[in-house]
Amino acid sequence: MRNAFAQVLTELAKSNDKLVLFYADIGNRLFNPLKEFAESRTINAGIAEANMASMAAGSAMMGHKPFIYTITPFTTARNFEQIKIDIAYQNQPVIIVGTGSGLSYANLGPTHHSFEDIALMRALPNMNVVCPADAQELELLMPQLIELNQPCYFRIGKKNEPSVHASPPKLVFGKAHIMKHGHKVAILSTGTIMPLAQQLCAHLKAFNIDAELVSFHTVKPLDKAYLEDAANRFVHLVTLEEHNVNGGFGSAVLEYVSDNDLSVKVHRFGIPDFFIDQVHNTPDARDKAGLNIETLSDKLKQRGVM
Amino acid sequence: MKLESIAAQIRHTLCDVSSKTKTPHLGSCLSCTDILTALYFGVMNIEPKTPELPERDYFLLGKGHAASALYTVLAYRGYFPVEDLYQHGQTGSQFEEHPGIHAPPGVETASGSLGHALSLATGMALSSQLQNKTNRFFVLMGDGEINEGTVWEAAMFAAGKKLSNLVAIVDFNKLQGTGESCNIMHLEPLEDKWRAFGWHTIRLDGHDINALQSALSNTDNINKPICIVADTVKGKGVSFMENDNNWHYRIPTADEVLLAKEELGVS
Repeated sequence: MRNAFAQVLTELAKSNDKLVLFYADIGNRLFNPLKEFAESRTINAGIAEANMASMAAGSAMMGHKPFIYTITPFTTARNFEQIKIDIAYQNQPVIIVGTGSGLSYANLGPTHHSFEDIALMRALPNMNVVCPADAQELELLMPQLIELNQPCYFRIGKKNEPSVHASPPKLVFGKAHIMKHGHKVAILSTGTIMPLAQQLCAHLKAFNIDAELVSFHTVKPLDKAYLEDAANRFVHLVTLEEHNVNGGFGSAVLEYVSDNDLSVKVHRFGIPDFFIDQVHNTPDARDKAGLNIETLSDKLKQRGVM
Repeated sequence: MKLESIAAQIRHTLCDVSSKTKTPHLGSCLSCTDILTALYFGVMNIEPKTPELPERDYFLLGKGHAASALYTVLAYRGYFPVEDLYQHGQTGSQFEEHPGIHAPPGVETASGSLGHALSLATGMALSSQLQNKTNRFFVLMGDGEINEGTVWEAAMFAAGKKLSNLVAIVDFNKLQGTGESCNIMHLEPLEDKWRAFGWHTIRLDGHDINALQSALSNTDNINKPICIVADTVKGKGVSFMENDNNWHYRIPTADEVLLAKEELGVS
């Protein structure tokens, strides 16, 4: 997905001379194509992410449209206060790109995991939060985020994420994308965990449950219209994310359902409230978190969904 | 009117506003009054009646708790009436104790969290340079503020990019919130630190308005960011406030404001 980000940014920067990229000394050769025609707008900010966030806000104040890019924990948590004051409060159109989100860098340990970033970013007024499921979603959403001209957090994966759409979807920022209509149960997934959501959908079908499958690429603003409609159509909403179950996408859905007295049950699945270490790869890390079809199936049986 | 006389009037107004609105940080404001006076009356390219002038020079206040000093200098420079300053810190006022996004004309950025302004200004200076604009960017930081690591991140970046349109001024009054700056962290030799970080650095008396003006003019041939280490006195201009760190938070009584007025020689 990071390759797609670099390619899409390069294309967009050709027709928009206001786009600038600040990156914190990562992405060896990744941005060479961008550098080739826009070297001065391809800015290595050094390994200094807090300064990078504030510099991007300053750059936006002077009319540029900056992206800041590095591995997620360093561009959401380490520089959180700079994002809060200089980007969110001062409402500057900076697009914060967190690459290798969730458990993408599973083997690198808790320093490189990010499963608190959605919670952090969605707690900031003015901030939009978008989590594409694959490279195609990234490509379709990125121009819309630039057009939005507001603070935005763009949570992306690392590399080789499977494509989740058979044909190009019509994605609209802020609108949940229904990938498959269904009854009784809706699976709402955000970000790169979508293949597991698809697997779960197929699994439920084997139990004669025709579940709806939805890509909730935009976590904030939440698509309230979809949730209102879903509450009338479904008994169960299953949320799925590669993020702590506390404070993330599932929490956002649950809050809306509770605050508005919607009569639908919400079942949140994500990373339990513990750190994950001593794992070799992402599948192992997901297993530790219970993000596999067996664990999801057991839990849904316990909860009477299946 | 001589700039020193304007600075004295500004100091008196600062005391009076602090007393009447019950807002603190007077010592911090008095310490940077001459620096701000020099910038706004003698250095920066600004038009108070057109605060958004695209070619203007920008001033960013790093030590946001000295907001009153900025507001007061802006008022005396003609951005808005001096009487407006008495709304300082009141509910619904644009004159917040830390400048917010609804701040009065002439205030460029929100402030209050230390260590942001130099980074913001560095991004602004870089973008301005990339767009072939001629703005200059002035940042005032406290000596306590430069404890923040982001200041040094920005310092390294700005020097790396040779941002000659960027000026940092350290209000080096030797006192921060709860103690002596040089005992809390190892700050000296401060000008050597900035020089080592790649900045054209000048150390001067931060109450010498002529010296400040002179250092910040004729800088066309300098091909790197500029740092002024300005030696100052916290509470400068009012004898019973000078170097007394209680005035970081204390509010003067009406009688103390009168005493200050006499000392400042303001009619």
